[in-house]
Amino acid sequence: MKKNYSPKIIAFCCSNCASSAADVAHKIKKTLPENVKLVQVPCTGRVEILHLLKPFENGVDGVYVAGCQEDSCQYISGITKARKRVDHAKKILSELDIEPERIDVFSFSAARGQEFVDIACDMVERLKTLGPLPKKINP
Amino acid sequence: MIVAEPKPIKEILEMIEDFHKILVVGCKGCVTVCNVGGSKEVGILASTLRIAGKRDGKALEVSEYTLERQCDPEYVDELEDVISSYDAVISIACGVGPQFISERYPSKKIFPGVNTKFMGGAVEHGIWAERCAGCGSCVVHYFGGLCPIARCSKSLLNGPCGGSAGGKCEIAKDVDCIWDMIVQKLMQEDRLDDLLQFRPAKDWTTARDGGPRRMIREELVK
Amino acid sequence: MSEYRSGSNLEKVLRAGHFAFTGECGPPPGANVGVLREKAKHLKGCVDAVNVTDNQTAVVRMSSWAASLVLLQEGLEPNFQMVCRDRNRLAMQSDILGVYTHGIRNMLCLSGDHQKFGNHPGSKNVFDIDSMQLINMVKNMRDKGKFLNDQEIDVAPRLFIGAASNPFADPSEFRVYRLAKKIAAGADFAQTQCIYNMKRFREFMKQVVDMGLHEKCAILAGVTPMKSVGMARYMAKQVPGMDVPGELIKRLQGAGKGKVAEEGIRFAIEQIEEFKQMEGIAGVHLMAIEWEHRVPEIAERAGVLPRPQV
Repeated sequence: MKKNYSPKIIAFCCSNCASSAADVAHKIKKTLPENVKLVQVPCTGRVEILHLLKPFENGVDGVYVAGCQEDSCQYISGITKARKRVDHAKKILSELDIEPERIDVFSFSAARGQEFVDIACDMVERLKTLGPLPKKINP
Repeated sequence: MIVAEPKPIKEILEMIEDFHKILVVGCKGCVTVCNVGGSKEVGILASTLRIAGKRDGKALEVSEYTLERQCDPEYVDELEDVISSYDAVISIACGVGPQFISERYPSKKIFPGVNTKFMGGAVEHGIWAERCAGCGSCVVHYFGGLCPIARCSKSLLNGPCGGSAGGKCEIAKDVDCIWDMIVQKLMQEDRLDDLLQFRPAKDWTTARDGGPRRMIREELVK
Repeated sequence: MSEYRSGSNLEKVLRAGHFAFTGECGPPPGANVGVLREKAKHLKGCVDAVNVTDNQTAVVRMSSWAASLVLLQEGLEPNFQMVCRDRNRLAMQSDILGVYTHGIRNMLCLSGDHQKFGNHPGSKNVFDIDSMQLINMVKNMRDKGKFLNDQEIDVAPRLFIGAASNPFADPSEFRVYRLAKKIAAGADFAQTQCIYNMKRFREFMKQVVDMGLHEKCAILAGVTPMKSVGMARYMAKQVPGMDVPGELIKRLQGAGKGKVAEEGIRFAIEQIEEFKQMEGIAGVHLMAIEWEHRVPEIAERAGVLPRPQV
């Protein structure tokens, strides 16, 4: 594994709970790791399977979706749909012999600033352990 | 609609392992409706193949195109200008698609990206079930609008067999016994006579058993 | 006395008004004919005719026609079976001509278990015609001397036509009508799936008698002795249309270790005694699968020996 490997991570955050949590983190002066880039979406239900896969074509090592809890999603079933799509994307990665743990989905309540940052750090650690996208050993 | 299901990605990767410029072609017909071959799915498959290319350190270029339908030559013609730059084409339309594309562009390598399963419809969002076996001589009205050729595991015309239990077919607990449904329906409608009517042996000539079929509308042929 | 339809022993026994007693014998899953001859020897003299199954549960076995010929050689009368799963109408008619030529006189027409249950689940299934159509086809071959396509047959095969009846399968309210349909199609005799719920079967038979079906078709009640509590539980849960009353399972459990099989036989014998008296029942079909060596004893204790010579 490359020394000082810094995994690139994209986090799709809903404009409701997840973004509020991000704001709270900012207010309490907790910073996100710099290799995590946030992409705001109106609701995690807007995240398609293609959005979860495309980043891997472009040098990203991990993707996660951050949204509301199941019972507080502003669009009712957005986070539920997001979970199903994340599961499907994980399956696609598995079929490619790529670790499905590179993709994940998390639910937050709006005030959880610390948790928001903790999750981002956890994902960085997880992806450091997994390493960059595996290369097949050519015969 | 014709219902298909995606081929395992490993199988598709094996098909294209000697090729570097791939065109994935979808269809806005049946396979869009059952979420396996429309433009969305073209995008997902293309992305998946590119990720595999990256994984393998292989120079793989994957492009995307979706036709109105792949079962009409005038739409397949649209690929004329596009197809020359690619050395392999994956069609994710039903089995008709790869064949029409193959016929039109005989020098190109065409691969099927889905497995075509049956003629059926949506029973629930995300679930499609078989309804028609294309026997060529439809008699669903004999059976209360239900088809035993397609939906009975043994295609019985004088069912049910002794394996029907709890409304389910002997082959699996999640397969309904269509004869149970037919009997319940007709008995409710007081049509016991229809149930007692002896249905003679079917003439399978109109089905696939009679050979590959054509349908001709004389008034339309030039 | 009108002419016999087939002149088979089973037909003669039934026509003479005797209580018929048939047995069953599965062909070997290979070419080990010795095992088959062994089973045949146990059954000889105890039964009027012996069912010879046809790739039962879709497992490849010696074909029913071949095993039936072996039984003929052993001096038994076979009930040749044909299922609709493996043969199209050409092969069926061709086999019917063949078996008749070799002296077979009884034929059971069944649907057949789906191939997924067997040892070649990937095979194509045929089901060109169903059991109802098969019964009717054999009847027309025999009585009209015509093939399914209406062409004349030079020598009409004279077979005694049998069907299966599963009185407790679903949908249960339709089962007696299905039997009626098979009889109208041409069934001369019918064997039921093995019965354990006598009360429910009496109700079924009442309907059969009310419809006069027993006058047109000889109905043989199926009996399978329970060998163990495990067997009873399995049949209760896993076999479609099998009704095993809780009291029977309790009775078997109460028999005590090592005595369950004997209790099962006792129950079977009680059933046979009742069937002898039951209106509409013309006989019993005993399915003692892989227990053929107990058949002579069961037959003796059930008082059905000696078998009538007609």
